[in-house]
Amino acid sequence: MSRLVVASIGPASSVQDGGRHGAQRYGLTVSGAMDRLSLAAANTLVGNEPLAAAVEIGPFGATFTARDGAVRVAIAGAPRNADVAGRPVAMGTSVTLKDGETLTLGFARGGAFTYLAIEGGIKGEPVFGSLAVNARAGLGSPYPRPLQAGDEFTVDAASGAPELRIELPKPATGPIRVLLGPQDDEFDDANKALFLGSEWKISATSDRMGYRLEGPAIKHLHGHNIVSDGTVNGSIQVPGNGSPIALMMDRGTSGGYPKIATVITADVGRLAQTSAGTGFRFKQISMAEAQDEARKFAQLIRSLPDRLRSSDTVELNIEALSDANVAGYAVSAVDAGTWQVTAEP
Amino acid sequence: MAATLPPPRLLPSGDSAVTVEFSRTIDDDANQRVLALDKALAASPIDGITETVPTYRSLLVHYDPGRIDFDALGERILPIATRPLPPATKARRWRIPVAYGGEHGIDLEDVAKALNTTPDDIIARHAGGDYKVAMIGFTPGWSYLSGLDKSLHMSRRQSPRLLTPAGTISIGGIQAGIQCLAAPSGWHLLGRTPVRTYQLHRNPTFLTEPGDRVTFFAIDHKTFEEMDRAAEAGEIVAEQVTA
Repeated sequence: MSRLVVASIGPASSVQDGGRHGAQRYGLTVSGAMDRLSLAAANTLVGNEPLAAAVEIGPFGATFTARDGAVRVAIAGAPRNADVAGRPVAMGTSVTLKDGETLTLGFARGGAFTYLAIEGGIKGEPVFGSLAVNARAGLGSPYPRPLQAGDEFTVDAASGAPELRIELPKPATGPIRVLLGPQDDEFDDANKALFLGSEWKISATSDRMGYRLEGPAIKHLHGHNIVSDGTVNGSIQVPGNGSPIALMMDRGTSGGYPKIATVITADVGRLAQTSAGTGFRFKQISMAEAQDEARKFAQLIRSLPDRLRSSDTVELNIEALSDANVAGYAVSAVDAGTWQVTAEP
Repeated sequence: MAATLPPPRLLPSGDSAVTVEFSRTIDDDANQRVLALDKALAASPIDGITETVPTYRSLLVHYDPGRIDFDALGERILPIATRPLPPATKARRWRIPVAYGGEHGIDLEDVAKALNTTPDDIIARHAGGDYKVAMIGFTPGWSYLSGLDKSLHMSRRQSPRLLTPAGTISIGGIQAGIQCLAAPSGWHLLGRTPVRTYQLHRNPTFLTEPGDRVTFFAIDHKTFEEMDRAAEAGEIVAEQVTA
């Protein structure tokens, strides 16, 4: 066995996985990764199950050091500078840390959460089938709290498998798609139009429980107290002050404010990765479209193993180039195979 | 053939959950229908449903749109949700010990003053109630009770407290509650129970279920300490009354 030591880490970083399901009826929060697709991409790169537990790294930097042997990891999610002993590491690739080597991750440049998956997975004791940290309930393993410098994971020794990169489809851009409801009838047409037609920004006071949205005040028809009912990831509730809150993975299982709309499953991770202060809009779509998108999203996660590529094959991949451009990376056609590396400023 | 009940509203909660709403207000009949639907779906599962969450007036049904879509699920749920209620079965009943007042119930005296009576009278009215667990939510084990004596209905605190202790027994609006973990709360704190409605390594992890009946009995603060130690060690300390 090797160890992966957390040499330094910022706040809002914790072990997360696909979440804790089946006990919401007892008030047990689901938790889990804010951006499932990136979690799944990182896990797939090192041969883990897509929603296995990994380290969710918040917007600040972090460093991890291999001890007692080599450790193979992968990173995916919010772009940031990354290197191992001075060798750059691209998002969406695996890398092996030799004994004593350190992976250094910088601040997130756009988005918030980057996932560090460890080959062989994180060892811990699951509760309700999950290692995800839920600090309020004292759950999560191996540490039932956000990570701190000095924490360490006992991990499998690196397999020596060749390093891989993953080709993800063009990241969606444009508005965050929602379905109205369940309590859209608590708002008149003018206020629904205001919600759908305005530019919103995520407040800096947001966290894993909820993203507070800054924009115009949304008024209720009959006041803001409804009888508490169930919530889902992406429920957008409107409290008394009219500033909507998008409920995220550490949400309470029930809530007593009217919910004007719900972010579609396929876009919850995109909302999670929207930086505080960046303007964005919502767009209403139909149930049929939303469920079609949900099925495509599930299919995308299932298809990730087919999207693995050898990290040393240099091929001119037009799709990857165009994806990279859309994602806002500077790319060079000459460097097609390593565009993610050259994307680092 | 028995007449069917009025259909609930099927409100989309995104693409992977539907809120089956029986009433807009807190209503015991609606809560009975919620719990009956929850039970019926547990007894004969519909393929694609992944989890159900009963609340006062609605059942939140999580499902996988890859296995069943919104319309098909609604068509399966409606006939079950409009069935006449089955005859009431004897509910499980818990007797929950409470140390009222003092450091454990810092709002008891103010509640008594606000209602022009004595703390002992408030204790008698609260402990004398016959409650039902209408739902569990917010934080693990937080049991929302219906059945609070009308004379104890009072609006919540103007400013919620950021942290209230584990085991808090409180009232807010027309509701009573058993809180398990320390949490923010705007309710009035009458006392504390040593009972853990949620304890990770105990069997059962969760003590209360929606539909359970609850009564309270007063204990002194010394008894609280003893029972609290026993509860910490994994004892249930609540008395279960078998019907």
